[in-house]
Order: sequence, then C-alpha cells, then structure tokens
Amino acid sequence: MSKPVGIVGYGVHIPRYRIRVEEIAKVWGADAPSYKRGLELREKSVPPPDCDTITLSVEATKRALKRAQIDPAKIGAIYIGSESHPYAVKPSGTTVAEAIGATPDIHCADLEFACKAGSEGMYIALSHVKAGEMEYALGIAADTSQGAPSDALEYSASAGAAAFIMGRKNILAEIEYTHSFMTDTPDFWRREHEFYPQHAGRYTGEPAYFKHTLGCAKALLKKAGAEPGDFKYAVFHQPNGKFPMRVGKMLGFKTKQIEQGWLAPRLGNTYSGASPMGLAAILDVAKPGDRIFMVSYGSGAGSDGFIWKATDKLPAVQKVTTQTYALLDEKKFYLDYGTYAKFRRKILKNY
Amino acid sequence: MNPARYAREIPHRYRLEAAKCKKCGAVFFPHRLICLKCGHRQFETIKISEHGKLETFTVIHTPASDFKDQSPFALGICKFPEGVRITAQIVDIDLEKVRIGMKLQVEFRRIQTDGHAGILSYGYKFVPVI
Ligand SMILES: [Zn+2]
Repeated sequence: MSKPVGIVGYGVHIPRYRIRVEEIAKVWGADAPSYKRGLELREKSVPPPDCDTITLSVEATKRALKRAQIDPAKIGAIYIGSESHPYAVKPSGTTVAEAIGATPDIHCADLEFACKAGSEGMYIALSHVKAGEMEYALGIAADTSQGAPSDALEYSASAGAAAFIMGRKNILAEIEYTHSFMTDTPDFWRREHEFYPQHAGRYTGEPAYFKHTLGCAKALLKKAGAEPGDFKYAVFHQPNGKFPMRVGKMLGFKTKQIEQGWLAPRLGNTYSGASPMGLAAILDVAKPGDRIFMVSYGSGAGSDGFIWKATDKLPAVQKVTTQTYALLDEKKFYLDYGTYAKFRRKILKNY
Repeated sequence: MNPARYAREIPHRYRLEAAKCKKCGAVFFPHRLICLKCGHRQFETIKISEHGKLETFTVIHTPASDFKDQSPFALGICKFPEGVRITAQIVDIDLEKVRIGMKLQVEFRRIQTDGHAGILSYGYKFVPVI
C-alpha cells in the first residue's frame, strides 16, 4: 500500500448575482412552475461582466491556500477544467498561477471535456502527487456557461468554481479509489465560433448522463468492494436539481447522503464546477472518517469517479475561510432579465 | 492595452505586491526604485493584506468610454494595515450602501476588455466582506 495522497486544501467561489426561473420564463412566455418542477431548480448564479473562469478560479484558489497553509511556489502543476476559458488561444492557468504566486516553476494545461473538465484536473493533479513527481498540484473546476436564449439550458447554465490542492502532508480528505468511464456520445457540443452550445434534447438523459454516471459509479463501487450504505455523503454531476437525486436513488443512495452536496436547486448548473463544488460543500461539514462518493459527468461523454475519506485534519480548517453555503446564500442580488442579458453579453451592440 | 506594459504591472495588479524600504520601513504601492522618504534603493517585497478600510469614494456617472457600460459605479480609496492607500472600483454593492469607514475586501476581477479581439486585463477591485 503506497503512502496516502489527497486533498490538502480546497476552496469555492460563486458570483453574488442570481436570476430566478420566473424571470427567465416571463420573457419567453414559458410556464415557470413546470420548469421549476421539471428541473427542480429555483434560481441560478450569474457572473457579472468582470467575472470569468480566470477570476473565479483565482478566488477559489485563494481560499484553498488559506486552508492548505502552504507556500504557493511549491505547487508543481495547475490544471483548470472549463468549457468557458476566456481566451480561445491563451491559457487561463498562466494568469491564475501568476495571481496566486505559483510561477514560474510550474506545469500548466487548460482542460476541456464539457462538464467533466474540472474532475479531470483533479484526477491529473492527484496522479502527479501519487507518482512522487511533485509535492503539490492544483486542480480547478470553473465555468461561466451560457445557454441559448429560451432554451431549457438558459434556466440552468450558471457560474462558479472550486479549487483543490493535492498533496501528501496534512491531508484533509484522502483518495481511496478512482475510476473513469467514457464512450463517444454526441449529446451536447459547441462548434468553433458558435456562441451557444447545442444539445440532443432527450438523448442527453438516459443514453448520456445516466448511462455514464451509473457505469462509472458501479465500476467504482466494485473496485472498492463497497456499497452505498458505506458512505456518509454522495455527490453527482448536477445539470439540474432532478438528475443527481434520481441517479443517486437508482444506485441505492438516500436523500440524506446526497443533499449536502446537492447545490443545483439554488445554484444552477455550474458545468465543470458542479460536482467539485458539491464536494467542497461536503468537506465544509464532514467529520473524520466520513467516506464521500463522487461521480462527475461531461457530455461527449464520460464520468470520473472518486472515493474520498475525511481525515482528522479536516475539522480545523473547515471554517478558516468562507464556506460554500455562505457563498450560495448570503448577500445575493437578484437581476431582471434585461440586466442579466447585458451581463451575459446577449445584447447586440455597436462598439 | 499594451501587452508589455500589462506584463510589467502584473506583480502589483495580480498579487498586490508592494515595496518596503529596507532602511526606513516606508511602504510603496506600486513599488519604486528610490525611497521617497530616505532615498534608499533597497526594498523588500511584501504583500498588501486583503482587507482595507474605505477612506473616501465617489460615484462615477459619466465614465471614460471603456467603462460606460458599468455606469454608474463607485470608485474608492482604501487604507490598508501596511500603511498604503489603494484606489479601485467598488463592486457587488448597492451604491446607497457605500459608507466611509466600511471594511472592504480585495477581489481579483477583469478590469478592462480591449475591444473584441485585444487582451483581457485583470487586477483588483473592492467588494464587501462576506
Ligand atoms: Zn526609506
């Protein structure tokens, strides 16, 4: 058995702005109650024009550093997973690494795999540390995603970030098992130069989200010789409020295990950020010895699965910086559709 | 925005790095080559704390063209424990709630977008403490 590795610091950031489902439905003549019921979602976070994947990543990482209490110069790699990197060509990771003081001796790559890019960054960061290549590695999950106006995605596509520093010393949550599962599945995509993504409607459900999440989860449980009852918490990708609860129940998890990391009803779908932010909300309250089951999902399509175990180091750092629920629920500003459209650059202007 | 100038300003714009005179201890933000107080030329790099106290502010209603989409917005000067004063936009706040003496926090934000194709400029703004 090799020496344990795991999360030594974690942090989240969420923009302060929100828009309610009713406000979007009103503009498109849609029935708000049926959207709220269908998506199990009340509101979503909205990034103001000066917030993007880079700025959200910096703020989430600053919180992760407060918990890790390490010298950022010792971070050997930075991976940001996002489908909304601000530049088409120029890495987000260089700006983030520079802002946190981790340059110049660092490896960097921006990752992309729809909503799974964030968990990929976490996976690669863990692997570097496990291989003994570096002392610390940083995996960030961040998005400021857009849904086409009036499309179902517009009600859910939101913004947020979670950052995880992996290491061997003072581990807060140790990694026990990982598993990845993927096939070529065209359920959701965006071609170059297109502003909004396209999706395959109902095909995004059963053959896409459910098939890959279940496939990964079952293989991971088998690898670990575990069953749902062995975990205190479980977190899944959250394209809406309904899917993660349903997939959890299909696997045999109970509401009590899922609800702490179930952020979508009041956050929306933060794409790459979704299950990583749910994990952070769980780490905010988990007790030593609690096991956490996590499965991400990204269209295209695939899932990354992780089994984490909270250590006795976790309680001391849970409250050293702002927790996920405080960022979700405090000091919110509700936008009307016009301001939201301006914030998200959905209004055609002359420059 | 000129990319070379942008890169030179990264240490103070991204990381709030300041220069502390090794002789008299005076702190300068952004850094300087010669101490204004004692003329010394050797400095230690320090990082400004993330919380400051708002000393004064104004609300801009007719900003420069690059910022006109953000109008009206507050611009404030905060004093930091290291002794320096920093000017920045105050965001994520109702303008009627901005008060001299309030504690604000530095947050990393996009400061400017150079048209449709130019570079994106990042730096600090002030936000209320959560
Ligand atoms: Zn001096």
